[in-house]
Amino acid sequence: MAYAGEAPKQGFRLGMLIYDTRYRSITIQVIVLILFGLFVSWLINNTVQNLAAKDRTFDFGFLWNRAGYDINQTLIPYTNDSTHGRALFVGLVNTLVVAALGCVLATVLGVIVGVLRLSKNWLIGRIMTVYVEVFRNIPLLLWILLSFVILTETTPSPRDFRVTEEMTAAGEAPAASMLLNGTVAVTNRGINVPAPLFDRNLGTIGLGEFQLSLNTLAIIVVLGVSIFLNGRLRAHAKAVQEDTGVRPVTWWKSLLLLLGPIVLLLVALGFHLEYPEITRFNFTGGLELLHSFSALLIALVLYTAAFIAEVVRAGIQAISKGQTEAAFALGMRPGRTMSLIILPQALRVIIPPLISQYLNLTKNTSLAIAVSYMDLRGTLGGITLNQTGKELECMLLMMLIYLIISLLISSLMNLYNSTVRLKER
Amino acid sequence: MTDTSHAFVRTTILPAQSPPLTEKGAIKWLRENLFAGPYNTLLTLVGLWIVYSLAAAALPWLLNSVWNANSLQECRAIVAERAGPGASGACWAMVRERWHQFLFGFYPQDQYWRPLLAFGLLFAAIAPVLYSDNRRNLMAVLAAVALFLIVTLSMATAPMAVLVGAVAIIALLIGVAQVASPRLMLFTLLYPAIAFFLLWGGSIWTPVMAMVGLGVIAVAYRLLVNRIGVAPAASVGVVLALLWWLFLDVPLAQQMSVLFPVGLESVPSDRFGGFLLAITIGVTAISFSLPLGILLALGRQSDMLLVKTLSVGFIEFIRGVPLITLLFTASLLLQYFLPPNTNFDLILRVIILVTLFAAAYIAEVIRGGLAALPRGQYEAADALGLDYWRAQRLIIMPQALKISIPGIVSTFIGLFKDTTLVSFVGLLDPLRGVTTVVRADINWKGIYWEPYIFVGAIFFVICFGMSRYSMYLEQKLKRDHR
Repeated sequence: MAYAGEAPKQGFRLGMLIYDTRYRSITIQVIVLILFGLFVSWLINNTVQNLAAKDRTFDFGFLWNRAGYDINQTLIPYTNDSTHGRALFVGLVNTLVVAALGCVLATVLGVIVGVLRLSKNWLIGRIMTVYVEVFRNIPLLLWILLSFVILTETTPSPRDFRVTEEMTAAGEAPAASMLLNGTVAVTNRGINVPAPLFDRNLGTIGLGEFQLSLNTLAIIVVLGVSIFLNGRLRAHAKAVQEDTGVRPVTWWKSLLLLLGPIVLLLVALGFHLEYPEITRFNFTGGLELLHSFSALLIALVLYTAAFIAEVVRAGIQAISKGQTEAAFALGMRPGRTMSLIILPQALRVIIPPLISQYLNLTKNTSLAIAVSYMDLRGTLGGITLNQTGKELECMLLMMLIYLIISLLISSLMNLYNSTVRLKER
Repeated sequence: MTDTSHAFVRTTILPAQSPPLTEKGAIKWLRENLFAGPYNTLLTLVGLWIVYSLAAAALPWLLNSVWNANSLQECRAIVAERAGPGASGACWAMVRERWHQFLFGFYPQDQYWRPLLAFGLLFAAIAPVLYSDNRRNLMAVLAAVALFLIVTLSMATAPMAVLVGAVAIIALLIGVAQVASPRLMLFTLLYPAIAFFLLWGGSIWTPVMAMVGLGVIAVAYRLLVNRIGVAPAASVGVVLALLWWLFLDVPLAQQMSVLFPVGLESVPSDRFGGFLLAITIGVTAISFSLPLGILLALGRQSDMLLVKTLSVGFIEFIRGVPLITLLFTASLLLQYFLPPNTNFDLILRVIILVTLFAAAYIAEVIRGGLAALPRGQYEAADALGLDYWRAQRLIIMPQALKISIPGIVSTFIGLFKDTTLVSFVGLLDPLRGVTTVVRADINWKGIYWEPYIFVGAIFFVICFGMSRYSMYLEQKLKRDHR
């Protein structure tokens, strides 16, 4: 019996680059690096040649030129005298608004549907199953197109809302009437809703290119402070409970803290709603939501909610029934069982797929192209691209922005995920 | 011994009584499932209201359907005449007149047998992969394909020779399946060329010469694999095939088509449309993205820093941008990235980008499958002395792929639904492309429910069917006993 003492010392041979596992990975990586370098330089070389052939340059200077086109939904100030760069930001804000609203509404609807699908009620369970299966298995594009067509082709024109003197004399009602106590009007041009307005303006502050309304800032600050103070109150109540076993009553203090300051602020600023009113041909006053926006939002919410419902259902079903029974055995009431035992555990299962649903929704906002909603693709990748002919720059910039948004969402959500993750030893 | 303190003691057992009326049958079910408590009853009432309002809106509309008319006005007139003014009715006459555009786009009508034959043979090509070890199912699929082809080809008035040829091909496949069913994989490998030739037509030598490139890979691999190992042999094969495709393929194909002009009528890509286009893009993209996705997933798991970085970068980039931007890349940007004056077919460009898109998603699904495998499986493969590729092929991948099946299928469903987005780069997808064409027709202007319901129903049947099949497969492949 002889033990191999040390590995036989051999000089380095060229063959070892392929056969020796110690060196092989280096060989492969060098080959990959060379191939990748060649591929990239081939791409760049082609691009340079093609640009030269078309007599074009690769620069982003056009972003500072006058855009010269109008955008029908601008949440930050914009006129057709503004720059292409500003049009980009208008589009980006439009994208983000749809994405944010869509995520919130889809989560609400999805959670409701997901929970109801597990309901003991047979009928509701079936209805929710049908909803989920129908929306999941049909392309999103169909829902967007269908909601847009329904909104624009089945709704009355603003003219139908008008009450003329002859009609009042004859006691006739107009062909169409406003919803919700005369505050909302759905016409074939848009949805008119009341607009929030302030009597007193605190002015604005400039942040470089952008103006920030001090009113909005004040509301955000007050809300933030209220929520922070409420958190302190609850922490204090918890500390008292840990000490004495009796939890002090906090609900009216919470209510006062959360609602009081903001109501006072709104009254001080003279907050009121401006209702849309029918004039000769169209509605004036109030806020007009474009049908492209509403259709996109409705379709995104209904479609994504079906997926979120499945995520929620899977999450709740992943928690074993023993957990509920154990909580009941400890004498917990159903509400507290849900909030203290089931949800914290189910959330751990729900969060990762939920993140990917949010990402999908955000990326799907680019389907706005189907209804000509002026999102990032509509401004930067649409009119700006066509006007300037800077296809390469516009598309690359657009991809980069989408990539950054996606990475931001996923990293934020991963951060949250790591706080609720199971702490394993 | 009698105990007289009891007045009466029963000595026989009474027959069991049936439960009270409220505790059995339909009443019990109703009480438990629909009316258990006030909250539950409220939910039931809300549910009934939803069902009623849907039915009240849809049923008259469906019952008043019109199948025979030449325009929407005519439809409305018929409905008004039949059900009185103000009644609504579906106008399926549009579907009756235009269904072929929803299915085939502007593909020449007398050539419909070609996509039909390609579609039928698709299942004959998939069957050996799905049922490699189950000859009975294989036979059933092949027989169903034969039946499908006979029925649809005669409906599409295909030439008699085609009908006979199709039946002969299936008969040959059935024969091979009886004798040596693994050999059927050869047909699966040949299928892309067959489908390309059937769909686009042109000279037969183009696909034949392209397939010879694959043959070059196979020959080089066979000759070299025992001398220099799996990965180097495959690389040499791929390099040789690339050389073939770049320098020999096109001139040889041209030469042969001059010498032996055999072929079908050429159908340009802009005639493709409808579900023909969606299925072509979807099936091609998923079948090519599967191997690519496996490679990317392995790259992401690799110990080699560079390979891993490149894989992660590629996957995260593709997953971070919307598919639409990639489609615009195909239609607008590829002309910058490719050598000057290269210009190839838009459908092909779209398929390449969609394949890359799907590959990134498949890679993530398979990575999940790889991560779910216990570490012991890798160690067992090492202990058996298997090298990397053999371990992957024999131990790791079969298990990882099995775990990933639901994810792969749902990726495919998502991809199939996303094929509708190709309408934004000017292709005639069934949903937006063809529907826009139909709605632009003066006869059908203003119609919206019917085309969307028709297209949506077909998408629903296909996607729902696939998801149910994946659930069935998941159940069947489950090996653990729980």
